Amino acid sequence: MTRHHRYPAFDLVKANVPDDLCPVATDMSPMLPGDWRSMRPIVDRDKCVKCAVCWLYCPVQCVEEHAAWFDFNLNTCKGCGICANECPQRAITMIEEAQ
Amino acid sequence: MTTATIETPARTASKPKVILCEGNEAAALGVALARPDMVAVYPITPQSSLVEHVAKLIADGRMDADIVDAEGEHSVLSVLQGAALAGARTYTATCGPGLAFMFEPYFRTSGMRLPIVMTIVTRDGITPQSVWGGHQDAMTVREVGWVQLYCETVQEVLDTTIMAFKIAEHHDVMLPVNICLDGNYLSYGASRVELPDQAEVDAFMGAKDVNWHVALDPLRPMAVDPLTGGSGGKGPSTFVRYRKGQCKGMQNALRVITEVHEQWAQRFGRRFAPLVEEYRLDDADYAIMTLGSMSGAAKDAIDEARDAGKRVGLIKLKTFSPFPVDALLESLGKIRALGVVDRSVGFRWNCGPMFQETMGALYRLGRHVPATSFIGGLAGADLTIPHFHRVIDATEQLLSNPAPTEPVWLNERD
Repeated sequence: MTRHHRYPAFDLVKANVPDDLCPVATDMSPMLPGDWRSMRPIVDRDKCVKCAVCWLYCPVQCVEEHAAWFDFNLNTCKGCGICANECPQRAITMIEEAQ
Repeated sequence: MTTATIETPARTASKPKVILCEGNEAAALGVALARPDMVAVYPITPQSSLVEHVAKLIADGRMDADIVDAEGEHSVLSVLQGAALAGARTYTATCGPGLAFMFEPYFRTSGMRLPIVMTIVTRDGITPQSVWGGHQDAMTVREVGWVQLYCETVQEVLDTTIMAFKIAEHHDVMLPVNICLDGNYLSYGASRVELPDQAEVDAFMGAKDVNWHVALDPLRPMAVDPLTGGSGGKGPSTFVRYRKGQCKGMQNALRVITEVHEQWAQRFGRRFAPLVEEYRLDDADYAIMTLGSMSGAAKDAIDEARDAGKRVGLIKLKTFSPFPVDALLESLGKIRALGVVDRSVGFRWNCGPMFQETMGALYRLGRHVPATSFIGGLAGADLTIPHFHRVIDATEQLLSNPAPTEPVWLNERD
């Protein structure tokens, strides 16, 4: 189940566009930003006040709302750490994926 | 925004307006006639007066285009990429250090098959510091997938500027085009120019169709230039497919350049050799080869040499990229010795770049043709009729003596 509705794919074949001109994509890529993450955010649930600053700043919209705290969809989180930097409560810590 | 209207082609072009102007102004007038929607500019010598003319044409209401005065050449070409993806006909001009600063989007433009037209008012490479003409800038980027057309006269600059848009936007080509005009000698050289009629040019150009293959368009959602390549999955084959397509577009350009020049000749009565020009070559024993504005003085020298009984001819390239190997071989097949005059340096081979490329073509001829590389006209130096007599005499020597392994530097003792 996807959270976003799919755009109608542009049909390059119907539009008579050769497939060896400009590289374009009209299919969703199976590759997600989470595939290349080296650090991941950890939320301290006691500190989170659900102010949604992380939700606002996340460049890939991976922040998910839970009943008492915000968390992250690790399929799409690329580990940039902007949320940890912006969190007014200092509730988010970035840790190495290896840990 | 103006879209060219298709009209019934008039067989006889209406009487053209005759003016006196410099090459840079001729290029600007050609751009105006081609009706681009978006122009982005950053001034640099010897291109500056060209973009000043374009800005004035827009300010005076003689040209209906948006102009972006960007903060540098990297932005200039990036602006035009966005405009082209949105469907605009686009134009800019640069040279030398500006072209160098533009290199990252320059490479991407041809890979994205965006038909952007850009004049290179050619300038020598720095350092040594100089602000004068030479082909070093355009030669340095000859391997980046742009079509590159070199002009000999101011009239050819104007006409080729208009033709460049039609070549770039042809569906079998879809590649950016450089019109290379010699800094100083063409940019500031004033000459008589016939200005074609706007309605005639509109009919010649036909309907604009720039972003049919890739677009920033909400009605045609697509990811533009996604990550391609790598070693896994379909990465390698996908990357090869696009690269092969780019090479195919370059080869198609040879045919389209020829067709568009023929259409131009039919409509406007001015015929320019599209790929390779031969001058007094048919009964020649040997030939000299030239590029750009130097060809005028070279032809005068050929005439004098012919009067003195020498069986010498001239081969001039107009299209340098893609390199017109087949057309050039037809000319090279007529001669037994060759002198190639370059206005730039090939540092790797210790010869001129056009000489080096011609050596590659000669391999396919299957017959040995001795040849010498001549380098002259660097950083604004003049190439005169006496210079070309030296070239002719030294090339004649190749008929009986071994070819030198070093280039001949024509302005060494000037």
